[in-house]
Amino acid sequence: MGGFPILSALTFLPLVGALIIMAVRAATAGSSASANANEGRTALLAGLVISGATFLVSLAAFLYFDPSTPGYQLVEQHVWYQNISYKLGVDGLSLPLILLTTFLTPICLLASWNSIHTRVTEYVVAFLVLETFMIGVFTSLDLVLFYIFFEAGLIPMFLIIGIWGGKDKIYAAFKFFLYTLLGSLLMLVAVVYMYITAGSSDFEVLEKFAFDPHVQTWLWLAFIASFAVKLPMWPVHTWLPDAHVQAPTAGSVVLAGVLLKMGGYGFLRFSLPMFPDASHFFQPAMFTLAVIAIVYTSLVAWRQTDMKKLIAYSSVAHMGFVTLGVFSFNEVGLQGAIFQMISHGFIASALFLIVGVVYDRMHTREIAAYGGLVHRMPVYATFFMLFTMANVGLPGTSGFIGEILSMVGGFQASTWAAGGAAIGMIFSAVYMLTLYRRAVFGQITNPALNDLKDMNRIELVTIVPLALLTLLFGVAPNLILNMTEGAALRILSMMAGG
Amino acid sequence: MLDFTAMTLAIGPELWLAAAGLVGVLLGALLKDKFNGLSFKYGALALFIAAGIAAMTYQGGEAFNGLVVTNTFVNFAKIVSFVVGGLALVMSEGFLKRHETARYEYALLMIFASLGMGIILSAANLMTLYMGIETLSLSSYVLAAFHRDSARSSEAGLKYVILGSLASGMLLYGASLVYGFSGTTYYAGIAAAEPSVGMMFGMVLMIVGLAFKVSAAPMHVWTPDVYEGAPTPVGAFFGAAPKMAAIVVFANVMFQVFGDVMDQWQLIIQIIAGLSMLIGAFGGLTQTNIKRLLGYSSIANVGYALMAVAAGKELGAGPLLTFMTLYVVTSLGLFAAVLAMRRQGGMVEGISELGGLMSKRPWLAIALSILVWSVAGLPPFGGFLGKWVILEAGISAGLYPLAIILVLASVVSLGYYLRLIKIMWFDEPTERFEAIDGSVTLVVLASSLFVIVFMIFFFLLSGWSDQAALGITG
Repeated sequence: MGGFPILSALTFLPLVGALIIMAVRAATAGSSASANANEGRTALLAGLVISGATFLVSLAAFLYFDPSTPGYQLVEQHVWYQNISYKLGVDGLSLPLILLTTFLTPICLLASWNSIHTRVTEYVVAFLVLETFMIGVFTSLDLVLFYIFFEAGLIPMFLIIGIWGGKDKIYAAFKFFLYTLLGSLLMLVAVVYMYITAGSSDFEVLEKFAFDPHVQTWLWLAFIASFAVKLPMWPVHTWLPDAHVQAPTAGSVVLAGVLLKMGGYGFLRFSLPMFPDASHFFQPAMFTLAVIAIVYTSLVAWRQTDMKKLIAYSSVAHMGFVTLGVFSFNEVGLQGAIFQMISHGFIASALFLIVGVVYDRMHTREIAAYGGLVHRMPVYATFFMLFTMANVGLPGTSGFIGEILSMVGGFQASTWAAGGAAIGMIFSAVYMLTLYRRAVFGQITNPALNDLKDMNRIELVTIVPLALLTLLFGVAPNLILNMTEGAALRILSMMAGG
Repeated sequence: MLDFTAMTLAIGPELWLAAAGLVGVLLGALLKDKFNGLSFKYGALALFIAAGIAAMTYQGGEAFNGLVVTNTFVNFAKIVSFVVGGLALVMSEGFLKRHETARYEYALLMIFASLGMGIILSAANLMTLYMGIETLSLSSYVLAAFHRDSARSSEAGLKYVILGSLASGMLLYGASLVYGFSGTTYYAGIAAAEPSVGMMFGMVLMIVGLAFKVSAAPMHVWTPDVYEGAPTPVGAFFGAAPKMAAIVVFANVMFQVFGDVMDQWQLIIQIIAGLSMLIGAFGGLTQTNIKRLLGYSSIANVGYALMAVAAGKELGAGPLLTFMTLYVVTSLGLFAAVLAMRRQGGMVEGISELGGLMSKRPWLAIALSILVWSVAGLPPFGGFLGKWVILEAGISAGLYPLAIILVLASVVSLGYYLRLIKIMWFDEPTERFEAIDGSVTLVVLASSLFVIVFMIFFFLLSGWSDQAALGITG
């Protein structure tokens, strides 16, 4: 390694890129309006190059990562302020999520190529800044550092929804921000308390520190306040459909693909290892909420008339499987939860891209406005079918692996919870197939659909990698499971008081 | 005999400011209107030199038979107050020139107000304290009413003087009660005296008077009116320099004079702090004038700062300095941004006037956004760590309910901070602002840089303040 700070480079490369783009723009400001269109394209291209380079750096980190060693690797540490340090590192839990982030960001920028026309440079900058904060959440090994990245990520996302969003973007942006912030700030109080009590905010110290069981309950609740909103769990999920519907396509992709995963990551990183007693205490409650999320939001999804809203509710349901897996406290469940997060990152992102494809053409997301798309867009219909099936959890796709593992884990812990989740899986087939039938099959009733063109090259470039990976991880789940196994076992041993 | 060395070591900055102020009066009398333009540079220079003297005599000392005692804790506050006061004066010149009120009295009043700040910080005796407070207040009343042809400014001055006199009266009555029951006006003597019910009455009245000066709820009512009515640069000054000084004096009095009876006042301060946070947060939600909004924001921030006071001397002194330094610098930057809101035909203050600032003046918008995020306490900017140290102090002291109120109030106040961001970034551009003075741009950029630099190098700022706090704890 030669001591090269690869994780720092990975975390801050997008931020540096964003600053360079801003500086270049400031230097060339004041040019004519026709130059503005070019400027936007150049900025998008620059953003693609930077996020692509970030992806390569994350691959390099992946190559240096040794899945057989449990614990944190590639650690960098510098004291920052008192007992708070700038400490980065990865393990089998965070690395897949980092790869997911760096993989999705270029796709998001590419997907914006034809759909974002105003203030493109700022858009690219916002996305790159967001990428830094998202990677930072997963690389930081210090609670305060984690919190800084975790909360700072709200700022660019707020701007992305608020500037480039749909009709009710202001309402959605405020709701997203205030909802998430309330949860985060309650967590902040707990973070301060833990820092004072344990005398350090280092993950490794906190993992070993045994908090008093009574105090654990409160700390656990404060952390859950933040992660339950982020994940989101029923009943604090209501910001998600608004945010998704109003956000631009790429915003939805990054929201569903990465930001939601921070909630699950938080459960696995903090709630379980640091507050084991409280986690056991709250297990029945979490199972109940998970089953309600899976069943109830699936039913809600069924009745939606807006495509994006339907997928948003389906995300809530699928995140219910993550909760189920995490709180089963066994290896299968934990592995399933992590796998489900990765898999949902691909599938939900792809579904939002697919909605974006027709939205860019028709400027409506009403399911009723479509129908018979298969006659005009056969390639599109094929990909739509693939991801519909993946979302339902058809064997052969990654969605199946994640759900079945979470369910098996849940079954070992509670038969009832797994049974409830199984019912939810049936509903997921109901709403996804209904959506597919109404949008894609049947005769064309809306005359405006007659002129539709099939997916163009850029759209294919964004969808195909996601499709390939969904299938790849569906048939070869060990590619991920081998990586996450050590981390899952380590969390369980810490829960057992190791 | 007068010991000049000891005097300089103890209150060198105040001696300098008094001399500079009197020379200024003389120059004004001799040069008349020719001094007007020069007076701003003269005043700012005097304040910066005062800050320099405070830095050179950082360890402090004792003079006038113990009427003044200084230490690193108060000298830290002096340096910050004088520097931000000087910057506020620098920003004022262009504004006042445009309003044809650029008279030398303005700069001299700021010097005298700063002299008052220095005296209250140095005071180790209730009489010195009262004298300093009156020096500061009287200058402030006049400054608030400096645009005497404007009804708003006169109204602000009048409100301020009436309510301020009431508060001064309370403070004085409290001080006399304390004196009556302890038999001395020296801080150290009162601290050593046997606590009695009468003394506690006096203490409560003093708290009321001091809470008025720092604009803490429920003695906050004047703040939005005065911030709105006073000329904008005066608002910038009020929000920065006297705020820093007054809150450190508040802490100093509680810690030094009533430090041993903390159980008697801790709850009072907690209630004041909690109320300030909530009133500051909810009050700002419906404001449409940006200066009123900043007034409510300052009430909320004073509430956060008082949490450090309620945490007690050992835990709270350092965090208080850290938080207030970050806050007053941010506040100064925010007011500078208000000064930058100028259209053909004068200043505008409506929040909606910021519309589309991002597309018209991107750098100003970015700098202002950074300041807003920072004052809202969001990472990755310095204001977050300011809040962090406050929470750390409060939670260490076991003030859990107040910590919860703090985070809830933060979320509510985000409602108006986000609205500022929304208007700047999302809304359609309104008419373009006129070009502004270089000094104002400089202050906006410098203060937004400050909150970024001291986020990264936070250990420097917190190290300095913790070291300064040793002046009263160690």
